[in-house]
Amino acid sequence: MHIVVCLKQVLDPELPPRYFKIDPETNRPDDGVADMVMDSYAENALETAIQLRDKIGGATVTALCLGDEDSEDVLRRALSFTADRAVRVWEDEWENLDGQAVGHILARTIQSFGGADLVLTGYQASDIEEGLVGPVLAEELGIPCVTLASELAVEGSILKATCEAENGYQVIDVPSPAVFTIVSSEKNVPRLPKVKDIRLSRSKPIEELEADDLEIDAERCQPAVALRKVYVPDREVACEFLVGEDGPELASGLAGKLMELKVL
Amino acid sequence: MANVLIYANQQGGNLSSNAREALAFGSSLARSANGETAAVLIGPGAGTAAKEAIAFGAEKAYTIDSPLLAQYQVELYLDAISEAFEKSQSTILVLPFDRKGKDLIGRLATRSSASALTEVIDFKVEEGTVHYVRPIYGDKAYGEYTINRKKAVIGIRPKSHEPASRDENRTGDIIPLKIDLSEEVIVSTLAEKIESALSGVRLEDARIIVSGGRGLGGPEGFDELEALANVLGGAVGASRAACDAGWVPTSFQVGQTGAVVAPDLYIAVGISGASQHLSGITNAKTVVAINHDSEAPIFKRANLGVVADYMSVIPALTKALKKRMGVNTG
Repeated sequence: MHIVVCLKQVLDPELPPRYFKIDPETNRPDDGVADMVMDSYAENALETAIQLRDKIGGATVTALCLGDEDSEDVLRRALSFTADRAVRVWEDEWENLDGQAVGHILARTIQSFGGADLVLTGYQASDIEEGLVGPVLAEELGIPCVTLASELAVEGSILKATCEAENGYQVIDVPSPAVFTIVSSEKNVPRLPKVKDIRLSRSKPIEELEADDLEIDAERCQPAVALRKVYVPDREVACEFLVGEDGPELASGLAGKLMELKVL
Repeated sequence: MANVLIYANQQGGNLSSNAREALAFGSSLARSANGETAAVLIGPGAGTAAKEAIAFGAEKAYTIDSPLLAQYQVELYLDAISEAFEKSQSTILVLPFDRKGKDLIGRLATRSSASALTEVIDFKVEEGTVHYVRPIYGDKAYGEYTINRKKAVIGIRPKSHEPASRDENRTGDIIPLKIDLSEEVIVSTLAEKIESALSGVRLEDARIIVSGGRGLGGPEGFDELEALANVLGGAVGASRAACDAGWVPTSFQVGQTGAVVAPDLYIAVGISGASQHLSGITNAKTVVAINHDSEAPIFKRANLGVVADYMSVIPALTKALKKRMGVNTG
């Protein structure tokens, strides 16, 4: 079984809002003080892929990232999670891709591998937050897509995904191959890589692919949307801090304030 | 001119509140673009729901009333909605970016060679061009987007709009669509449904929510929140950190990934206020934050703040409110 997990590098979402600035020239965040990290849902997807591989004899995990040289870090990290293979696909003119174009290129890349039995992506990346890549990828590959999966299992030729539903959970069965978009759960908390695996990851190769290696549709690589303007909205609320000597006094003050609201 | 088609989710002839939000957004978008507003209703009850959609602002309504569409099934819904988009000759398709929307929007756009945008909260028209507004970077920023393709599929963030209001005097054509749907397209099947064990109100519908985060220190803290929520007649929520720690099920999660909520009162206990959490409460009316760290970002979003250890405040607050509310109602 060949599992492909698509990884994305993003601006560290833990960056406190006070350090978050937009460069009006590029419409991108000023990354001066922020680190670039693996997107957290992508990391959950990677963890899910590795766990699944370890349960299935002969299965392999390919970590795939669309990005420039800087994104080698996320592929090294994937290798330290013990991914079997790392592939980076990039072309300099792909500077302003959107989720739909990314979905197209990733689909063509996976086809260049001869396909995959299972494709995992994070549900949504914490930067542009589209939640589009997984579903677009599935449509491009003409295979089923299950979104918001928190757990995956393989039973014979059937893939079983536990997913968030409108009111609780549901288990969806699909045949292989299929795409799953992964959310975080207690089952896919990213591991702490072993020191040995981190060391090994440094010397492993990262394969590089470019547009010419893939059968890409130039039209579908054009961004479907254009980001015209980015700004930081002023949403600060004036917070009224309650004062009091101790817990009960604060609680009593707060109870009074809450009673004044018309909602209770 | 751009004609807008709204996919309005219905059950037994009734429109969901997400559908009414999409109708409000879609008809105002159509007006700005000098186009027509149409709705598409699918499944049993579509005819009744079509009348409702017109009362809620659609100028005409398409129906696909097939028993195959009685339950949500992703491949059949994709076929039905994309056919309706095609046949209605609309250029913009609007859907709520809710649980179903997350399955459908990227795929519908790919099928129709349309541009896709999700989590849209607003639009504006500048020099004749529609700019769609959506939060990015965990709600730290807003981005304004334009569409590069002839058609677009737009996903509206739930709870970001006032639902459309009803006017029975509105009239419009109801057009049944004949679409060949085949069970053969079905590949994903629902094997099991696990209803959340949550007692009481659904988070999305709750007027009052008491949420806990990493600051609670463990699952026990949620017992105190539950007691408070019971007194207030509210629901219990949680931050992603508390869910990831396994203290409460993921179904409790409020935020960009979990539930997007718009309660009258939101009490955040031991929640630092990561932007992905704040993006789930953008439209909460009054936010109360209880946190021992006075520097926590949650206080920048809160109307009322208490800097204290939650264990010294919550049980006392529950008690005080019980007493006061008892007096009020008695």
